[in-house]
Amino acid sequence: MNTVMQHTKDPLLRIAKRDGIARPWAYTIRIIAVLLSLVVSGVFIFAVTKLNPLQVYEAMFDGAFGTSRRSWVTIRDAMMLLCIGVGLAPAFKMKFWNIGAEGQILVGGIVTAGFMRFFGGSISTPALLVIMAVMSLLAGCVWGVIPATFKAFWNTNETLFTLMMNYVAIQITSYCVALWENPVGSNTVGVINQQTKYGWFPSIFGQANTLNVILVMLLTVGMFLYLKYSKQGYEITVVGDSVNTARYAGINVKKVTIRTMAISGAICGLAGFIAVAGASHTISTSTAGGRGFTAIIVAWLAQFNTFVMILISFLLVFLQKGAIQIASQFNLNDYASNIITGIILFFILGSEFFINYRVILRGGKEADGK
Amino acid sequence: MKKFLALLLSLVMVLGLAACGSDSSTATPPAEGEGQEAPAEGTDIKIGLICVHDINSGYDAAHIEGLKAACKELGIDPEDQSKVVMKYNIPEDETCKDTAVDLAEQGCTIIFSDSYGHQSYMLDAASEYPEVTFVAATGDQAGVAGLDNFKNIFTNVYESRYVSGIVAGMKLKELMDAGTVTDPYIGYVGAFPYAEVVSGYTAFFLGVQSIVPEAHMDVQYTNSWYDPVAEGEAANALMARGCVIIGQHADSTGAPSAVQAAQDGGAVVYSVGYNIDMLSVAKTAALTSAQNNWSVLYKATLEKFIAGEEIPHDYATGAKDNAVMISALGESCAEGTQEAVDSAWAAIKDGSLKVFDASKFTVDGKALDSYDVNLSIIDFSTGNVIFEGPTENVIKDGAFEESVIRSAPYFDLRIDGITELNNN
Repeated sequence: MNTVMQHTKDPLLRIAKRDGIARPWAYTIRIIAVLLSLVVSGVFIFAVTKLNPLQVYEAMFDGAFGTSRRSWVTIRDAMMLLCIGVGLAPAFKMKFWNIGAEGQILVGGIVTAGFMRFFGGSISTPALLVIMAVMSLLAGCVWGVIPATFKAFWNTNETLFTLMMNYVAIQITSYCVALWENPVGSNTVGVINQQTKYGWFPSIFGQANTLNVILVMLLTVGMFLYLKYSKQGYEITVVGDSVNTARYAGINVKKVTIRTMAISGAICGLAGFIAVAGASHTISTSTAGGRGFTAIIVAWLAQFNTFVMILISFLLVFLQKGAIQIASQFNLNDYASNIITGIILFFILGSEFFINYRVILRGGKEADGK
Repeated sequence: MKKFLALLLSLVMVLGLAACGSDSSTATPPAEGEGQEAPAEGTDIKIGLICVHDINSGYDAAHIEGLKAACKELGIDPEDQSKVVMKYNIPEDETCKDTAVDLAEQGCTIIFSDSYGHQSYMLDAASEYPEVTFVAATGDQAGVAGLDNFKNIFTNVYESRYVSGIVAGMKLKELMDAGTVTDPYIGYVGAFPYAEVVSGYTAFFLGVQSIVPEAHMDVQYTNSWYDPVAEGEAANALMARGCVIIGQHADSTGAPSAVQAAQDGGAVVYSVGYNIDMLSVAKTAALTSAQNNWSVLYKATLEKFIAGEEIPHDYATGAKDNAVMISALGESCAEGTQEAVDSAWAAIKDGSLKVFDASKFTVDGKALDSYDVNLSIIDFSTGNVIFEGPTENVIKDGAFEESVIRSAPYFDLRIDGITELNNN
């Protein structure tokens, strides 16, 4: 056998699964990917616009951190994305494909907006904030538990189920927007309690979004500890790796599935609360704005390490703000800047391939590149 | 693997060098597009414009072109990023506030927004940046909001809708005289069941009725300002009911395209558009379009701003300042239309013709001699009064005075002869 093998010609490139990879090496690959993506988008920018790519990158930085206000908007949006990512982490770690974060955010947001509108003034703002937080947790929780229950007991497809739940939530949101429209005919709820600021996050240290940062950071640390050091976190890992192993080990898979999704949905619901009470002070179908999907990239790229998620959230928000800035500063349309974001994401996601697999050139030794 | 990596790295370096190389060559003329940070000395005006869509929407195109024209007339280069910043595709939600605040932070001294739904977020930004002037075009709260730096502007677009109604009426009369059409039934694709739209379709209808008094009209709402598909469907629904002319207050070419398709299929139908000349999409079906000339309002507002004069909370103007118009008449227009249009414009300008002449319409069979409009801004779902405003009788000298006590339309009467098919 051996001799025959040696006579067949090896292909130029072969791909083999890596057994494991040293952490610094994995990060080197990722950094190379980011650099490469910047070079490729630089080529793209130059080809399309004849603009100096470095100037364009400078504009991107300016868009995200150019003024202290912009920095805070970037921080606020990154916190939002991070919060959803943290919410998705346990579900995805359990290999429960929760595509339904959008819906979970929206129901949390609707409940928050409803309380703001109807109880603002009659309940003091701190108490109202607590009530809204609890209610949004519950709403998100319900939105997460429904598909989890069906999955646990009847093995329905959770990807489709959570996705469909999004549409239900979007329709409910549209209904509420039409119902609460203010002023009539504007097709928007407007800024809720604009004069009175009832139910708005209070300014801390002179910044309107400090509380957002505190809340999300608490969740980030909490989720890290929960996943890494708690028994429940371990159960999630086992169920995620193999349901059969989990059963064999005596883990109640049904219970873990529902419990994990309750947590996941609740945190996403809380993200809706933070979005409405802490940032926009309004509700619309764009309150979630696709962040429920973007957060999947955040959670997945960080491999559920919530501290790495902070970095990735900032990177994605930075790209988005930068793209908007390029569009307006250089009179490109939004699509050009989206292409740049797309290129960068493509390379970052693509780098995971080189982390998990290695490419062997013809004649290269098996041991190479390890 | 090492070889591969070396290859990769060298590629990065080569490309990186190329990038740096192009940098050093283009960077020599210092900072051409970077004037943004430091406003030029002399005039310290910097204008921001927030658009709900981009130039592909006729409505936004009218605003973008309007501001550019106004800037040029005032000697401001609209392409100069340090003087004029335009933001496109800003939805009517918190993004609008972020954008307005960002424009203010960039040093804009006056910021415009072009859609009604932007208003509440502009107001929010205005309260945080009292030294910056915020102008919400088509908004209705400036007069009662009590903020010195928050303004509204609006055109008297009802005048151009009335005149476009005359164009439609002339066609309708021609079709009836020829016996092609027996029922003077017209349709209207409206965006939202709100005073701005009601005022517009009523003016259009009264224009038609001034030529064909027995005309009657159905209104189909799309619940969107810009939705080509829904607007096309609404037009089809109206044509299926037997409407022969389709007017519109929605921002796309959906309705005229649908009308042209029906006409190509042998139906006798015509379209009256809005914002832009519809002849490009409906060559034989389009009669004309009601249009706004926003540059007049932008120019007047900016002139006052530059001169340091007080900008009124509400500013509306129409035909007398050429702020409204209709587009070139299509080939299908009836004979004598141009004359009828010219005399209507002349009569509107000299005040002898009032669009909402109270003797020309009835509500529930009765003519109105007074009508109170409450200018308070009320949240209808909770009943809270957000801004307290006065209540005024708007029927004076035998006509409903539109856009006088406030720039935004407040004609929300449902007059006889018009049926709203889907007001929800």
